Amino acid sequence: MLLSQIPTTGFFFLAPWIVFFPVIGLLLNMLIGGRLSEKGVGWLASGASFASFVVSVLLAYSVWTGQGHGESVYLSEWMHVGALQLDWTFRVDSLSTTMMLVVSGVGTLIHIYAIGYMHEDVRFKNDPGRYRRFFVFLNLFIAAMMILVSGDSYMMLFVGWEGVGLCSFLLIGFWYDKDTLGRSSWANSDAAKKAFITNRIGDFGFLIAGFLMFWNLGSFQFDQVFEAAPALAATQPGIIIAITLFMLVGVAGKSAQIPLYVWLPDAMAGPTPVSALIHAATMVTAGVYLITRSAPLYTLVPEAQFVVAMTGAVTALFAATIAVGQYDIKKVLAYSTISQLGFMVAAVGMGAYVAGMFHLVTHAFFKALLFLSAGSVILGLERGHHHLAHHGHHDDHGEVFDPNDMRNMGGMRKTMPVTFWLYMIGTLALAGIFPFAGFWSKDEILADAFREGYTTVYWMLSIAAFFTAFYMGRQIWMVFFGQARHEAAAHAEESPRIITVPLMVLAALSVLGGALNLPGLHTLTDWLEHTIEVHAGEFLISVALISTVLALAGVFVSWLIYGRNPLKAGQPDPLKRPLGLLFTGMENKWFVDEGYWAVFVDRYVDLSRFLADVIDWRFWHDWFHEKVIAGTYNWVSNIGLNLYADQRGIDALANGLGTLTQNLSASMRKVQNGFVRSYALSVLLGVVLILGYLLLK
Amino acid sequence: MVPQTYYIALSAVLFTLGALGVLVRRNALIIFMSVELMLNAANLAFVAFANTYQHLNGQIIVFFVIAVAAAEVAVGLALIVAIFKTRQSIDVDTMSSLKG
Repeated sequence: MLLSQIPTTGFFFLAPWIVFFPVIGLLLNMLIGGRLSEKGVGWLASGASFASFVVSVLLAYSVWTGQGHGESVYLSEWMHVGALQLDWTFRVDSLSTTMMLVVSGVGTLIHIYAIGYMHEDVRFKNDPGRYRRFFVFLNLFIAAMMILVSGDSYMMLFVGWEGVGLCSFLLIGFWYDKDTLGRSSWANSDAAKKAFITNRIGDFGFLIAGFLMFWNLGSFQFDQVFEAAPALAATQPGIIIAITLFMLVGVAGKSAQIPLYVWLPDAMAGPTPVSALIHAATMVTAGVYLITRSAPLYTLVPEAQFVVAMTGAVTALFAATIAVGQYDIKKVLAYSTISQLGFMVAAVGMGAYVAGMFHLVTHAFFKALLFLSAGSVILGLERGHHHLAHHGHHDDHGEVFDPNDMRNMGGMRKTMPVTFWLYMIGTLALAGIFPFAGFWSKDEILADAFREGYTTVYWMLSIAAFFTAFYMGRQIWMVFFGQARHEAAAHAEESPRIITVPLMVLAALSVLGGALNLPGLHTLTDWLEHTIEVHAGEFLISVALISTVLALAGVFVSWLIYGRNPLKAGQPDPLKRPLGLLFTGMENKWFVDEGYWAVFVDRYVDLSRFLADVIDWRFWHDWFHEKVIAGTYNWVSNIGLNLYADQRGIDALANGLGTLTQNLSASMRKVQNGFVRSYALSVLLGVVLILGYLLLK
Repeated sequence: MVPQTYYIALSAVLFTLGALGVLVRRNALIIFMSVELMLNAANLAFVAFANTYQHLNGQIIVFFVIAVAAAEVAVGLALIVAIFKTRQSIDVDTMSSLKG
């Protein structure tokens, strides 16, 4: 960087370090991590992430002191080909620094948590060698996510977008050869592939959007695109609609919206810190960030906005119903994440960008808290199970113990009190109970929906909010109340401080996060309006009342069903009988996966088989190669070359020469009979011939 | 004076006799004498033409031929004697040990 290009004020010149620090961290861990202890590896990675956080804070401070004016920090040339001018430029403004703070802040806490969690996880799964690898991947993820949020153009964003996709794949399949119970299995590897492939479908949409954008608007750079867009929208609004809708496909892939959400529940195969960091707090919100960043495009085409809003709302409601019927503690949270992402996408679709970003931030806090607490519960249960097996209390007849299954839990309030309270805070925040963070952010989305006239969306989200409170209540009653339904739960042990302390920080943020954008103060609105066009949301007391009543009703209904009469060991879900088929649907995720298998995967496999067996093998191999090519070749070589050219041509010539010489010699040999007289006769005859010739001529 | 044609005819007859002798006889000694006969037939032709054209060249050639024939006889007879000593025969048809 030239000296003259360094921004003169603030800390903007530090921007590249948000990426460099995690990269340095992972390189150090790769090079010298083998000589460090587990703690050394973990703290090195956490330190790298924290350094990135410090830089993010400095950048945010610089934006703040600069009255919200962002800077673009040029780092290096990337691609200059014809009209395509791409540079690696960091865009530091209020929107990107918000994301940077969330990513590196929550990321650092999760790094620290993972030091404790992975120590036990690698122990339970009997493979300590992977400890270091985990932190290398985690740092790589932070770096990729930072590239994503700091990119100055859609292509730079896409680099990060693919980078986080790769990290997601690597980390979902972290235990690629073992299942959650540590047995040999390829299920996790399959889950990783599912996530990767589903995301590729979304990325394809993103790419098409990018191509359309470059073709019609002539640039990938945010400002240039937004500058050129209104003119195009006036003449050819269809193109802008196409761009925004194809972008929505990418968003649906990354942010797990209908119809591409199916990978996220399976992604829970990854270690819990990964579920918290990547599949709840940061990576999956990239789609919401993308739409918010592209607000100037979406604002031009209300049709696309409507589609986005409906996609989000339908996803929010649909996923919430599935969460009701799940038994895996992490699956419930996964569907809850899909549902909450639906809230955010619906918000940004309606043009309520601040509400969407607000919910993104608070959700990062409380969903990370919930996931990490769930991880703590799982570890507690594993410790209990380990303890039993170790002391021979439990006659383990090869019984498979699933520490993720809520039916094995119960009564853990007493064995894991700290985790219980942390989980409780996360639940209240997610359920949207006043005054926790989730209340404010969700209420702002609902209020905006109501005010903007998206009545359908408003009611769908309200019902989803009711379900959210219900399934979270169900989870709390099933996990922490009642009696232990498995001995492991009775013997569960509280997690160490390295796990609980980051949770406490997240819990504090989940309680206080609402302060970011309290009605009347509009801190976040004022902050973001420097980057995107926003309007201050009004606080509608009626909306707040309705959502509070719905949330309380959800918790109350869950108490009626699961709290009043706690589940006994082996007892089916009390909802199963009254709801019948409806519950079977929820339990089995509405058979969407099966449907996808039947409609796409099986058809694809059929097509592949057809291509392999019929087209490739029978047509190309058997017929074309064997018959046409090899057959013709054989015919030509056997008949044409071998018989005619070789045998009858060249061989015959060579043999004929030999035979001719032999025959000639045989006849000549007769002359050489060894009788002097016959030679003399020849001489005489010769003389007579010559003389005769001379005389007669 | 005997006409020149007579000499030439005699010479031809002698030569033919010599040639036939070489061709048909198997005794090396007789073949040898037939060769001498042919040489002398040629000598006769040389002197006949020398006499006709009154030119000495023919006479001189004849001396050469007689000298060469004498040398030839010396070598030839020695060979025949040597052959006879090793094989007890001078039949030319049996002299085929060089034939492959």
